Amino acid sequence: MKEFARLFTRIDQSTKTNVKVAALAAYFASAPEADRLWTVALFSGRRPKRAVTTTRLREWAAEAAGYPLWLFEEAYPIVGDLAETIALFLPPAQTDSDHGLTHWINMLRGLSEVEEPRRKLAVLAAWDELDATSRFLFNKLITGGFRIGISQKLMTRALAQATGKDEAELAHRLMGDWSPDTTTYNALIEAEVPGADASRPYPFYLAYGLEDAPETLGAPNAWRAEWKWDGIRGQLILRGGTHYVWSRGEELMTDRFPELARALDFLPDGTVLDGEILAWDGAPMPFNALQKRIGRKSVPKSLLRAAPVILYAYDLLEDAGADLRALPFGMRRARLQALLADLPKDAPVRLSPQLPFEDWATLALARSTAREVRAEGLMLKRADSPYLAGRKKGDWWKWKLDPLTIDAVMIYAQQGQGRRANLFTDFTFAVWQGNELIPFTKAYSGLTDAEFRQITAWVRKNTQHRFGPVRQVTPAHVFEIAFEGIHESPRHKSGVALRFPRMSRWRQDKPVQEANTLEDLKEMLRSFG
Amino acid sequence: MTRDPVLIFTDKGIYCPAGDFYIDPWRPVNRALITHGHADHARPGHARYLATGIAAPVMRHRLGDISIETVPYGAKLTLGMATVSFHPAGHVPGSAQIRVEVGGEIWVVSGDYKLEDDGLSTPFEPVRCHAFVTESTFGLPVFRWRPQAQVGAEINAWWRSSLAEGRTPMLGAYALGKAQRLLSLLDTGIGPVLTHGAVENTNRVMRSQGITLPDTVPVTADTRIADHPGALVLATPSAFGSAWARKFGKLSTGFASGWMQLRGVRRRRAADRGFVISDHADWDGLNRAIKESQAENIYVTHGYTDIFTRWLNTQDLEAHVVPTEFDGETLDEAEA
Ligand SMILES: [Zn+2]
Ligand SMILES: [Zn+2]
Repeated sequence: MKEFARLFTRIDQSTKTNVKVAALAAYFASAPEADRLWTVALFSGRRPKRAVTTTRLREWAAEAAGYPLWLFEEAYPIVGDLAETIALFLPPAQTDSDHGLTHWINMLRGLSEVEEPRRKLAVLAAWDELDATSRFLFNKLITGGFRIGISQKLMTRALAQATGKDEAELAHRLMGDWSPDTTTYNALIEAEVPGADASRPYPFYLAYGLEDAPETLGAPNAWRAEWKWDGIRGQLILRGGTHYVWSRGEELMTDRFPELARALDFLPDGTVLDGEILAWDGAPMPFNALQKRIGRKSVPKSLLRAAPVILYAYDLLEDAGADLRALPFGMRRARLQALLADLPKDAPVRLSPQLPFEDWATLALARSTAREVRAEGLMLKRADSPYLAGRKKGDWWKWKLDPLTIDAVMIYAQQGQGRRANLFTDFTFAVWQGNELIPFTKAYSGLTDAEFRQITAWVRKNTQHRFGPVRQVTPAHVFEIAFEGIHESPRHKSGVALRFPRMSRWRQDKPVQEANTLEDLKEMLRSFG
Repeated sequence: MTRDPVLIFTDKGIYCPAGDFYIDPWRPVNRALITHGHADHARPGHARYLATGIAAPVMRHRLGDISIETVPYGAKLTLGMATVSFHPAGHVPGSAQIRVEVGGEIWVVSGDYKLEDDGLSTPFEPVRCHAFVTESTFGLPVFRWRPQAQVGAEINAWWRSSLAEGRTPMLGAYALGKAQRLLSLLDTGIGPVLTHGAVENTNRVMRSQGITLPDTVPVTADTRIADHPGALVLATPSAFGSAWARKFGKLSTGFASGWMQLRGVRRRRAADRGFVISDHADWDGLNRAIKESQAENIYVTHGYTDIFTRWLNTQDLEAHVVPTEFDGETLDEAEA
């Protein structure tokens, strides 16, 4: 673990991307193969199955340190990270060991087969032979979430540096349904012909938001426009007589959307489509409908009827088994249109339309009607653009609608986690109903660190009540809350729920009496819900 | 007839009715006994100040023309019906715990303190008392400090590796106390130490009162980093990211504070390195100081007051939270 801990420390101690990548590349060049493979797996979101619940970890840590559990529970929100809280809460280790990363992962995986008392002994023994950083990493292996400023993209770049292979090729190799149990470092990264993995998707090409006026993009005729849908970006793969559905977050979601299996009846083998998974009743349904499907691994029949999904396709990445990504978008689109031309109305795949336009002004007008078709705005794609890997500037842009906003009063505050432990960053907001303030949303982003510090100092002096970590504060501050959508929610006292709420402005100019009302919110629900 | 307590907690600060004085008050009063010169303890506007002889020069430097009497550690003064003495708190040079005795009952106000001998401050001495008013800045078991020599070695290693990468190390610390402590830990065999004005002003005050500090090079408008090969820059956190910091070329930045124990804070500071070193007692230090005071009543202020009070109450002590207008220093304010 020490070599991995040194790697972690070097990455964690630097704020500079190239230093992090160089540290990781050096590790890939020297660490044992098994550790390398696990490192790739961890930094691409794969982790060993959780062997111990966080509840047990907390209890054991308090017990091992000789302190009451409540003291641990108080320290946790202040530290902001469970793995770190445990590492710091325990007294220093009594012994020392030099087992590698793979040893500890295998040890953890073995735990799911033994009874709890033995599991506990093994975890306590591990804590007592790992130094503080290794102990933190060991805990992270259990709890998951290696967020240490190394994205999959940077990890891929480091691998490219260490192996001399092309970054885009490596990105493709790392996709798909592999785990350290189903492959080796050599097969995954080094082998000349990558193991034929029928499930492997292509890395998604992601667009940046357009910040300037579209006129800055140049001549309109070089561009194609389509609606930007509010669903789940997905890739539908038809290979070897079966199908796979991948989300943009590289989650395999085949079983969640069984409707898409019927694509095999209409489309040839060796097809890969990029598009939006949407709940569909002849037109896109509100995101709310799709939301009910997202969390469920198996779908009851009633839900399949209430919120059936389709893939609204907008790009063709593979046709007859050939990778089309290098072709210009215009040509890929033409082949996509041909492929989907004769599909029956009930096919689970449909063609997302393009919007014809002569000049940017016409397109701006179309964009302003996006909410009416339940779109978030427009996508602009250069007609000659290849399908690139990852988020790249230049050829693809999302041109979203301006968010909806409402002025609301802050009524509860809670400390943040991780980077923002010790600052009050999580707030609950309310609007007026008569003389009463009705909570309707939480938000925890959108302010600068300086503003969070300012509001934190204020919260400390203006707390009225404490409920565990939550503080009720004097209603005194108005914030403009921006959000992307609004829908009905019987679970909330206000009757509404917001999409992507965040604080867009601290309205220090506004007295609380002038914040919006619940009636204003309901009006927005009627217009946009 | 009921007697007033020895000390009471008012909206101006800690007050002694028998002696008619305040300790570290935050609103202007007639007579203020000051534990040490940090801004959250020594405020402007009092008619008369009383502090240790070692603490006074920095207070004069910071507060200007004040009327201040001084007293050596351990000397007993009579103020009204109260007997008062100042005892080493080990926090910064001249810092004191203030002992107040009225009719045989003894209270001690700790101010800020640490138990480790930092080589500059008069080391902390436990004072027996009936009631102990303690700070609790780091009153959680996740705060445990390593010996300062280890942290010093870590800082010197960083100094060397920064130079090897062609970067100038810039170390951020609070001007009073922490900066001088770091200075005493730096290996000046590696190179010269350049100082920011706020740090150097305090250095100058301490040197003139006979405290020995390594040589430093004050940064002026004409300072060029090329003229000082191998240098480390010692600055206040406020200097980071300023135009002033840009004249040192490519930097490697470090902060030295107890809060650097938390990864979230290290990352938020966006410094390259965080060094865990504090002039406040860690969890074990707080518990030991309380035990050695032998006090039965503990008043907790300045920090994680609720949690630490609850903890002490499970240890068969009678602990109370001191109501205060200020939360003491949080990680976002000066580590005063
Ligand atoms: Zn203080
Ligand atoms: Zn202080």
